[in-house]
Amino acid sequence: MQPVMPDLGPVFPETVLTVLALVLLLADLVIKRKETIGLLSIISVTAVAYLLAGSLGTTFGGMFISDGYSIFFKLIFILNVILTVLISVKYIQIEKIDYGEYYSLILFATLGMMLMASAGDLIILYLGLELMALSTYVLAGFMRRDVKSNEAAMKYFLLGAFASAFLLYGTSLIYGLTGTTDLKAISSYIAGHGLAGNPVLMLSLIMFAVAFSFKIAAAPFHMWAPDVYEGAPTSITAFMSVGPKAAGFAVLGRVFLTAFGSVRTEWVLILIPVAILTMGVGNIVALSQTNIKRMLAYSSIAHAGYALLGIISGTADGLSSVMLYMFAYAFMNMGAFAVIIMLRSEGFRGDNINDYEGLAKTHPVPAVLMTIFMFSLTGIPTTVGFMGKFYVFMSAVEAGYMWVVIIAVIFSAISAYFYLRIIMYMWMREPKEAVELTTSPAIGLALLITATAVIGFGILPSSILTFARLAITGF
Amino acid sequence: MVPLTWYLMLSAVVFMIGVFGFLTRRNIIIMFLSVELMLNGVNISLVAFSHYLQDLRGQILVFFIITVAAAEAAIGLAIILALFRNKATIHVDEMNEMKG
Repeated sequence: MQPVMPDLGPVFPETVLTVLALVLLLADLVIKRKETIGLLSIISVTAVAYLLAGSLGTTFGGMFISDGYSIFFKLIFILNVILTVLISVKYIQIEKIDYGEYYSLILFATLGMMLMASAGDLIILYLGLELMALSTYVLAGFMRRDVKSNEAAMKYFLLGAFASAFLLYGTSLIYGLTGTTDLKAISSYIAGHGLAGNPVLMLSLIMFAVAFSFKIAAAPFHMWAPDVYEGAPTSITAFMSVGPKAAGFAVLGRVFLTAFGSVRTEWVLILIPVAILTMGVGNIVALSQTNIKRMLAYSSIAHAGYALLGIISGTADGLSSVMLYMFAYAFMNMGAFAVIIMLRSEGFRGDNINDYEGLAKTHPVPAVLMTIFMFSLTGIPTTVGFMGKFYVFMSAVEAGYMWVVIIAVIFSAISAYFYLRIIMYMWMREPKEAVELTTSPAIGLALLITATAVIGFGILPSSILTFARLAITGF
Repeated sequence: MVPLTWYLMLSAVVFMIGVFGFLTRRNIIIMFLSVELMLNGVNISLVAFSHYLQDLRGQILVFFIITVAAAEAAIGLAIILALFRNKATIHVDEMNEMKG
C-alpha cells in the first residue's frame, strides 16, 4: 500500500500556531522587552483565528475533525489567550515573572486545547489533553520563588496526572471492547452490537466521567481547584478558569454525545448526581470564603455544574447552550479577574474580599465594572451570564429534567449572596485604607472588551446563539 | 499461550496498586511513582488487547503514553525541586499554605 499524504488543510491553523509558539520561544532570546512578545502572541492567535474559517474538514483518517463545533470552541480559546495576555503584561512585571516562556507556554496550552476540541480519536484527545495540562502545570508554578505558587503547581500536577491515568484506563477498556479508538467507530460498534448495559462499557464510562470531571473541576473531583486558583499567578488563574474548562466541555460533548450517544440513558445517571453535587459544593462552600480568588474558584466549580445540564439534556439545543455558556463565562470571568489584577500592586496582594471595601468611593470606574461582572456571574438579566444560564436551563427543561433545573435555580439563588456581598462591600462600606490601582492601557482594553461583551451579548444574545446553533449542524 | 484474562488481571492489579499507593502514601516522590505505576498498568492492558485483536492502534497509543510520561516526569520533578528549594519538604501533609 502506497502511503498517502494526508490533507493538511484542516490542521493548518494548529500547524501555524505550533510554528509561531516555537518562534516566540526563540524570539525571547533576542527581544529584551517582554511586552513585545505579548503583543506578538496576540498577533499570532489573531492570525490563527483568521485561518480557522478556511479549515473545515476531516483529516488523518478521521483522527482530526475541524467542524463548526470545534471552530466555535477554538474561538473561545483564542479569545482567552488575547484577554489573558492583555491582563498579564503589567501584572507579570509586578510579580517579577516577565519571562518570554510565559507567553509561549500559554500558546502551547492553547494548542493542546485546540487539539482536544478537534479530536476525532481517543489518541489525539489524550495528546491534546496532556499538552494543555503539562503547559498549565508549569504556568501555575510560574512564580517559582513563591511557596503558594509551588504548592499550587504540585497539587495540580499530582491530581492531574492521577486523572489522566483514569482517562487512559477508560480508553484501554473501550479499545479492548470495540477494537478501535475512533469515536465514530466506537459509536457504531456500541449501537451495532447492542452493548448497552455491558459492565466493561459502564466501567469505562465511569473512568471517562472521572477524568473529564477533573478537567472541568466538577465535584467530587474539584478539590484541586480552590488551592490551585489561589496559589497560581492571578493571570494564570483567569486563563485556567476559562480555557481548560471550555476544552473539558468540548471533549465531554464530543465523547459522550458522539462515541457514547447510544448509551445516553446510562451516562446521564452518572452526570446528574455529579452536576447536582457540583452546584451544591460550589455555591455553598463559596459562601464562607474570604479570599476572592478562592471564592471565584468555588464559583467556577458551580458554573461547571450549570453547564453540565446542557450536556445532560443531550439535544442539539443543549449542546449549543453549553457553547453559549462557555462563551459567556469567558467574558464575565476574565473581566472579574482583570479587576482583581488591578488591585495587585507592589507590596499589596489585594486578593482579600475586605480589600474591596469602599472601592466605589476611591475608584468608581473599576467598582462599576466589577459590579457588572458580579451581576453577570449571578445571572441577572441584561447581562450575558443570564442568557447563558437561561438557555442551559431551558434546554434541560425541554429534555424533561425539570427537577434538576429547580435544584439548579435554588443553588443559583444561593450564589447571589456571595457575588452581591462583593458589590455590597464596594458600595456600602467606608474605605479603610487607600487602595492603589495598577492600571495600564492593556488592562483597560481588556476591561472594555469584556464589559462591552457582557452587556452587549446580554441584551442581544441572538447573534451568538445563531452562530452556536449553526456551528453544530452536522455534528 | 497465555490467555488474555491473565494479562488483564495483571494490568488491573498493577493499576490498583498505583491507585492505593497514590491515596495512602504521603511522600510526593512515592505518589508520583504510583501514578507511573498506574500508567504502566494501562500499558500492559493496551499491549495485550493490541496483540489479541491483531491491531496496532493499542501499541501506537502505548508509545505515546511512554513519551508523555517522560515529559510528565521532567515537569513533575522540576516542580518538586522548585518546591523543595522554598520549603525543604516533600511531605504532602506539610503542603498547607492554603486552606478554606
